[in-house]
Amino acid sequence: MSKEWPLWEVFIRGQHGLNHRHVGSLHAPDAEMAIKNARDVYTRRNEGVSIWVVESKNIAASAPSEKGPLFEPSNSKVYRHPTFFDIPDDVGHM
Amino acid sequence: MYAQLVKSDGMKSREEMSPQERAFQDRIDRGEKIEPKEWMPEGYRKTLIRQIGQHAHSEIVGQLPEGNWITRAPTLERTAILLAKVQDEAGHGLYLYCAAETLGVSRDELMEKLHSGQMKYSSIFNYPTLTWADIGAVGWLVDGAAIMNQVPLQRTSFGPYSRAMIRICKEESFHQRQGYDIMMKMAQGTSEQKAMAQDALNRFWYPSLMMFGPSDKESVHSAQSMAWKIKINTNDELRQKFVDQTVPQAEYLGLSIPDDTLNWNEEKGGYDFAEPDWSEFFEVLKGNGPCNKERLGARVKAWEDGAWFRDGLMAHAEKRAAARQAAE
Repeated sequence: MSKEWPLWEVFIRGQHGLNHRHVGSLHAPDAEMAIKNARDVYTRRNEGVSIWVVESKNIAASAPSEKGPLFEPSNSKVYRHPTFFDIPDDVGHM
Repeated sequence: MYAQLVKSDGMKSREEMSPQERAFQDRIDRGEKIEPKEWMPEGYRKTLIRQIGQHAHSEIVGQLPEGNWITRAPTLERTAILLAKVQDEAGHGLYLYCAAETLGVSRDELMEKLHSGQMKYSSIFNYPTLTWADIGAVGWLVDGAAIMNQVPLQRTSFGPYSRAMIRICKEESFHQRQGYDIMMKMAQGTSEQKAMAQDALNRFWYPSLMMFGPSDKESVHSAQSMAWKIKINTNDELRQKFVDQTVPQAEYLGLSIPDDTLNWNEEKGGYDFAEPDWSEFFEVLKGNGPCNKERLGARVKAWEDGAWFRDGLMAHAEKRAAARQAAE
């Protein structure tokens, strides 16, 4: 009859001012327990000031096979990077 | 090591590979990381599940020999340190189980395979921790040997495994140092304490050398795993490194390695040393080591005794979710 606890993805804000970052996953019966477990599993050495958890089944992800078509459009637009443009030294800092 | 004798299918030559397999091998050769949802050969997936699973089981079962001393540590500080160390081992097991699960195996399946003996854990944890000095020897030698293996695995080709290894390595150094610290205290203590330290080294030396597994220079499993970058060094390379690193540490303690043949070999720039008794190793793997039954028994008991609690929390969570839904 035993049912496996659902899987949660864990995101931790390492320091004030930084984004939450994915650090791993864990099993827990509900969100409250997931946060408690995340505290013990992923922040034993003061690694965080805030924790987000989300059930893994609720995450939508891009397909690895679509990597090409998905990211190609930005690959070809090198002019989006400031280094694309040559500004003469005489102009000064820009 | 923490994963000993992991079997994989024999190695394929480039000509025998399908175009997809060749492209996969090229990615690995370029140093790209493979992520869970991407295509991978079935053999790669299966070998990784075995290896990461065995590694995870070792972390979890590895809590038992040390847990044995938490309530009997000589001071409150040592108790707190050992508790933190054993808690880390649980954490390491959890990182690794999660990495294995990204390959499509469930946690319950992994547990079931450990409990039924289908999956193994490292042979080292089937030896008893008889005295407090053993806790020093385990941290110094067993975690020391584990670090030897885990540091190169940070560069392994499978992304989740590599990331778990990076986290683990950050924490592992504390484990070895706390062990060596215990050994230093014992070795500098009374003659009885020093004798206990020597006795612990005597008992743990050869089992620690066994952690790297038998020589695999000729092994097809190893060749395939190395091509896939899920194994980085041969067992013999790692064992040699471990001996070269450990001998001076023993000398500092004033303890002697229980090996009369131990000798510095100028030519190879490393120590010559005696091989452990491999027949003992295979007996321990088969389940006939000093503590196999006790260790596995403790894991099965914990799992079964905890079932009502896991189910209870799940039932509570479902009841609350249903109540929330009804209120909406």
